Amino acid sequence: MRFMILIKASKESEAGVLPSEQLLTEMGQFNEELVKAGVMLAGEGLQPSSKGARVKFAGAKRTVVDGPFAETKELIAGFWLWQVKSMDEALAWVKRIPNPTGEQGEVEIRQVFEADDFGANLTPEARRREERLRSQAAAGR
Amino acid sequence: MLDVGLAEELAQDALVAALEQWPESGIPDKPGAWLMGTAKHRAIDLLRRRKRLELKYEEMGHELLGVEHEISEREFEAVIDDDVGDDLLRLIFTACHPVLSTEARVALTLRLLGGLTTEEIARAFLVSEPAVAQRIVRAKRALHEAHVPFEVPQGAELAARLSSVLEVIYLIFNEGYAATAGDDWLRPALCEDALRLGRILAELTPTEPEVHGLVALMEIQASRTRARIGRTGNPVLLLDQDRGRWDQLLIRRGLAALERAEQFGGGLGPYALQAAIAACHAGARTAAETDWARIAALYDALAHLAPSPVVELNRAVAHGMAFGPAAGLELVDALTAEPSLATYQYLPSVRGDLLAKLARFDEARVEFERAATLTLNARQRDLLLERAAQCDVSSTRLT
Repeated sequence: MRFMILIKASKESEAGVLPSEQLLTEMGQFNEELVKAGVMLAGEGLQPSSKGARVKFAGAKRTVVDGPFAETKELIAGFWLWQVKSMDEALAWVKRIPNPTGEQGEVEIRQVFEADDFGANLTPEARRREERLRSQAAAGR
Repeated sequence: MLDVGLAEELAQDALVAALEQWPESGIPDKPGAWLMGTAKHRAIDLLRRRKRLELKYEEMGHELLGVEHEISEREFEAVIDDDVGDDLLRLIFTACHPVLSTEARVALTLRLLGGLTTEEIARAFLVSEPAVAQRIVRAKRALHEAHVPFEVPQGAELAARLSSVLEVIYLIFNEGYAATAGDDWLRPALCEDALRLGRILAELTPTEPEVHGLVALMEIQASRTRARIGRTGNPVLLLDQDRGRWDQLLIRRGLAALERAEQFGGGLGPYALQAAIAACHAGARTAAETDWARIAALYDALAHLAPSPVVELNRAVAHGMAFGPAAGLELVDALTAEPSLATYQYLPSVRGDLLAKLARFDEARVEFERAATLTLNARQRDLLLERAAQCDVSSTRLT
């Protein structure tokens, strides 16, 4: 399953302060680990919201609002797209995201919809087959 | 001095211990690191035992020969603590060892490297759980009896062993991508497992072009997953797919992997060639824009490099698209006597398709019906019977 990992903005990221060399090095190593574990699909850092814009929708009306935006903690400063076995694995990786300065921050984890999320793709035939397998298993076959 | 033989034996022991223990305790987070940890503990045990024995000998007044066997734990770690990636690589090569049957290799790989439970493997391959458990037990025994060294093969052996690893990964992918039996057309979890294994392998063996070729092939094929299933769970064939639903991220990753495979120069291997074919489809914005002449040429190369009746059949399809159905039919007709394709449903379905394009509907209908009796997949059967019915309609329209 895939997860999108959203890194929330901080005062520094919104001010356009570039990451320290130490953070860059540690992030580089962390990204390398992600790639080696076959977890990393994509990831990017985002420029401060002062370089962004919002488009508000109301009926047929579209209003463009230029950045920066005030609610720093709700803004996103970067993202990853990961492929992992479970939410637990995603959490384990997120906990290992380097944070050398020890500053307060927040990372949000969201699961991506997949083709098999249509749910009841267990047809009656498939369910019967599974029951058959279960009974075979119970019979110690 | 610690000899390599002892280290190998210990690692082998650790693998066996892992095989015995993991079914109960579950797969550890890092199987590779865990394995080496186990090997280390075993070694320390062994060294302590040896030490006790030496003390006993001393007591008994025997002369000691092995004083230099005193090894500190740290020294031992230096010997045995290779790169963690190395353990994983050894594990992959051991699980995919040619002494094992293909089924055993697949089961062991999914169990040890994919982290699947025996129940999950059983469900994925539609066999009973005890059958999978038995497969794993037997595989374990076979590895033990054949004294398979727990190592990454070197030199000339590497190529053959690597192709066994790639085969297992691609088999797992394909079982997920085009389920050979049952009612589900796709089992995406198996595709994900295979893709992840492939990506890990590509990082561990970055100079093997075919590893990148296989990853490219899987990434591009997986990009179509969403588009391959219709609203009612019915399969949608490549040329009928809504290309807007193709996953562009996976396509980009696939193209990048293909580029890595190509950068080594020399001709492309079989996986890279298939990836190049998949890339042709991925690059066409509409089905009509497909560069069939290039695909036909790539299939010619593939047929030359890795000839097989199935490749030949695909070559026939490509030639049929590039140079007209008659050209395709000529190649298919050369295959009808092929014994290995006698029960292969794609032969009659491809032949049926080419015949229908040549307006030979009665012959086409017979082929589609024959294909429908050969497939084990219920959804595929429906699709084939539908095409057979269309032949009837078309043929009455002609008369």
